[in-house]
Amino acid sequence: MHSDNKIKLFEKQQKIYPKRVWGKYRKIKWLIMFITLGIYYFAPWIRWDRGLNAPDQAILLDIPNSRGYFFFIEIWPQEVYYITGLLIIAAVGLFLVTSLFGRAWCGYICPQTVWTDLFVWVERIFQGDRQKRMQLDQSSFSFNKFWRKLATHLTWIFIGLITGGAWVFYYNDAPTLMSQILNFDVPWSVTGWIVALTGSTYLLAGFGREQVCNYMCPYARFQSAMFDEESLIICYDEFRGEPRSAYKKGASWEGRGHCVDCKICVHVCPAGIDIRNGLQMECIACGMCIDACNNVMDKLSLPHGLVRYDTELKHKLREKHIEESVHILRKRTTYYISILLIATTIMLYGLASRSPIELHVLHDRNPMFVQLTAHKIRNGYDIKILNKTHEDKSYTLSVSGLDKVEVRVAGAGIMRTDNLKVFADSVGHFRVFLTSYRQKKLRQNFTFYVEDVKTKIKKQKDSIFVSGTE
Amino acid sequence: MVPNDNNKNIDEHTGIETTGHEWDGIKELNNPSPRWWVWLFLVTIIWAIGYWYVYPAWPTLSGDGFRGGTKGSIEWNQYKQLEESQNEIFSRRAENLAQFQKTSFEDILNNQQLYAFAVAGGKSAFKENCAGCHGSGAGGAKGYPNLNDDDWLWGGSIDNIYLTIKHGIRADNPNTRSSTMPAFKGILEEETMKKIAAYILSLSKGYRYTAEGKTSYEQMCLYCHGKDGIGNTSLGAANVSDSIWLHVEDSNPGIVSQIENPQHGVMPAWEGRLDDATIRQLAVYVHSLGGGE
Repeated sequence: MHSDNKIKLFEKQQKIYPKRVWGKYRKIKWLIMFITLGIYYFAPWIRWDRGLNAPDQAILLDIPNSRGYFFFIEIWPQEVYYITGLLIIAAVGLFLVTSLFGRAWCGYICPQTVWTDLFVWVERIFQGDRQKRMQLDQSSFSFNKFWRKLATHLTWIFIGLITGGAWVFYYNDAPTLMSQILNFDVPWSVTGWIVALTGSTYLLAGFGREQVCNYMCPYARFQSAMFDEESLIICYDEFRGEPRSAYKKGASWEGRGHCVDCKICVHVCPAGIDIRNGLQMECIACGMCIDACNNVMDKLSLPHGLVRYDTELKHKLREKHIEESVHILRKRTTYYISILLIATTIMLYGLASRSPIELHVLHDRNPMFVQLTAHKIRNGYDIKILNKTHEDKSYTLSVSGLDKVEVRVAGAGIMRTDNLKVFADSVGHFRVFLTSYRQKKLRQNFTFYVEDVKTKIKKQKDSIFVSGTE
Repeated sequence: MVPNDNNKNIDEHTGIETTGHEWDGIKELNNPSPRWWVWLFLVTIIWAIGYWYVYPAWPTLSGDGFRGGTKGSIEWNQYKQLEESQNEIFSRRAENLAQFQKTSFEDILNNQQLYAFAVAGGKSAFKENCAGCHGSGAGGAKGYPNLNDDDWLWGGSIDNIYLTIKHGIRADNPNTRSSTMPAFKGILEEETMKKIAAYILSLSKGYRYTAEGKTSYEQMCLYCHGKDGIGNTSLGAANVSDSIWLHVEDSNPGIVSQIENPQHGVMPAWEGRLDDATIRQLAVYVHSLGGGE
């Protein structure tokens, strides 16, 4: 089939002008914005004393030295499983919150939401509320329009700048970097990150907005998998609201619904949807429409809750006039809670049992063993001792499980097996030769031990002594 | 398909415009991408054009340009990048290398930094130049000595190892190490050789031997291989009192064959092929393998 008509090549973004709201959920949203931004901007400035040989920043990802610090926790690159654990806990925690409270994350805590909210607030300061902003956009170019737009965008860029600026403090010593920034003496990598994050903040919160949730965010799409009938959603009570129509003061409510079709719920919506059409993919459950509708209900002396946080189940039952309370513990949430408990327990156990020493032993593969004169056989090992403390340490190396064995540490100068020195927070690499006679088995299992000379903390590792080929 | 007033094809079921493409009654809906996405797509195309201009991008049929391709305006390529980074490494190494060349072996063996530097450099030079015969782990093979053990033909001190690498063994070099064991075929009876071999095996394994074997050994072999068969590193005479054999099996026939018609190994002199610093690094590395004296 052939057609000459023009086909749209792209979907034009419908600009949304969220109207200002007052109310309970708006207050919560302001409060959460205050707390989350506060944590984000100020957390890198918290100090945490770790002694002389380590940085004193509480939260620091030290990439050049490959260490991660979080208050009393310090991890090495190979301990990235702690981060995996943290991510699992965060993910399952998010799933649990989603199955209980719906898109609470999206509506209140997600950085995209928080910064967009902040940017809309800036927009309102310089350009006025919804109506004025719409008029300004439609008006032709004027000095008034110019300075209002300019001030908005400059403020956005400024917010972006301190956002990107705060990010780099998590990877560098904050006070040092701050003085570098003030002196315009910043490494290009840091400048690059600041510029990139300023740009992404400006673009995503200034222009992307709800499109990020609708087109980019994978979580927005797959979280429906965590919903069930009893997850909180924003619900328009159509049994009470319909049939809707405009209302004249003093008229009777008989034979009509409580919705007066004022469209305030649509005007305040940051996603630009009409919640009265039911639950929609775009809805981030921020509750602004609830606040807006409740304010209208107050004016009409009607009860709150025409639009409300509700569950699908309760909503269905309400049609039959049955009131049911929400079950917190149900199959889905029990699963999430169990997974969360298991993951947290494993993580805490891992952290609590983390040893200040780590020992790695690599038996030589080429050659597997060396036949010496006088019937002796020598095996070589690469041994790494990880000193995870912040002081220089001495260790004793010993073996058990081999007969008549001579342990020799190779290296420059005189190396003693009872005094292997490893610097603070680093890896000691030693070449170790074991010389002995042919063992009972061609591949004899035995154990290496290292012991901290001072604290007597031990660590062991099994290895093999090869006496010959079959 | 219901063409509407604006002459658009609207799908009945969804109310969405179609592209007009149809396969067996299945129609393609037009759900367009957002505009910013389309712009980004265009920007990447424009970016690619700039990239082709700046960097080597297109192969050419002739060999014109760098290895048969466009050069790009900045004439960057991976080979130049490699050269630059190698020069950087060489200049970084220069300081350590100068220090290393000024220091005697004895001092290097007591200096952790220089020792680690020499072992690392020697290790890579070994893999490049020596591993072909001695194996990447220096474990050797038949005819090529194992450099990990404590059995040295020409001495296992670091100075001796250095001289061996530098001048080679039976090599084309005025200072090369050289010695020849005579072939005893025709000089000694087969039976005598077997008895000598039995005596030699007894040194490492404690087997029984004949007095005649011992006497013959002392007459014929002792001068080079020494009393009790411990060898002589200044002559390159092997230690025959251990179980380590370079050319033959650890058995009576093996030893007899070596007495009858000895095999001699050859190692090239590395002087002139490698610079002195590399040879010294190799000496430190081979010494570090565990058998060094």
